[in-house]
Amino acid sequence: MHDHEHDHAHEAAHAPIVERDALTYYERRVQAIQALLIEKGVVTADEVRRTIEAMDARSPAMGAKIVARVWVDPDFRARLLADTKAAVAEMGVDTGSLIKIAAVENTESLHNVVVCTLCSCYPRALLGLPPDWYKSLNYRSRVVKDPRGVLEEFGLDLDSDVEVRVYDSTADMRYLVIPARPAGTEGMSEEQLAELVTRDSMIGVTKARKPNR
Amino acid sequence: MDTRFQPGDTVRVRVDSPPHHFRTPVYIQGKVGRVAAIHGEFRNPETLAYGGDGLPRQPLYLVHFAQSDVWGQYDAATRDTLFIDIYEPWLEPVEH
Repeated sequence: MHDHEHDHAHEAAHAPIVERDALTYYERRVQAIQALLIEKGVVTADEVRRTIEAMDARSPAMGAKIVARVWVDPDFRARLLADTKAAVAEMGVDTGSLIKIAAVENTESLHNVVVCTLCSCYPRALLGLPPDWYKSLNYRSRVVKDPRGVLEEFGLDLDSDVEVRVYDSTADMRYLVIPARPAGTEGMSEEQLAELVTRDSMIGVTKARKPNR
Repeated sequence: MDTRFQPGDTVRVRVDSPPHHFRTPVYIQGKVGRVAAIHGEFRNPETLAYGGDGLPRQPLYLVHFAQSDVWGQYDAATRDTLFIDIYEPWLEPVEH
């Protein structure tokens, strides 16, 4: 039998976990297609799981390593700006055969910020899965029209003489922002520098972190 | 690769709302910008979206616009720009 007193205390601690009763149209469609592909032997359930695991394992750490290398190695920087896909392949990142990647560099006079107004195109191979705000209608519709206002909301106030350049990646290109190397980082190792490179700085809504010194 | 436009060319984005999938945002249609770069040729998303082969491949351009040319209220005192990827069939030449 249920302990009445106990139930009440428990409910206060957290809301009960309830399974959503209805799947959306697209969820049902995806499940049906996946079930068919497995049934017909095109893919196995374990392959689907492994692919999800590999996608989830990607993180902005890869992009941060690349940016730190750009900061310390002028030859690598030149190669990256000329052919981003080939340069990141040097560092062991396979960006796939279909997608092209371009790196755009932030400087004192130019600030790049990336959006995909049509959906949520994002350099996943280098940055992992996009943050929820990147996919939000709010960010996508506003950053293209009022980038300075949106950047201010992220805590970034840019002088009016800095060119703000919005990249709307609507097609087969993905853009990686190379944030400017912060002042006071002379003598830091590549590994230490990589810790200053955040996900958001590689989307372009902020700058790289300043060193704690 | 045969392309209709070259970097530096002034182009206008075609105004259209075809009844199928397309990847040229409405906000940029009708605006005049300049070709910044040619990314290469890619399978056409407008036919790929329906199980087609996306052939012939279409040149993809990086086109840049002055923000003040795109949005009426944008502060024209800034040098702010918008860079956007657009497939060739969506671009028209602009005579000087």
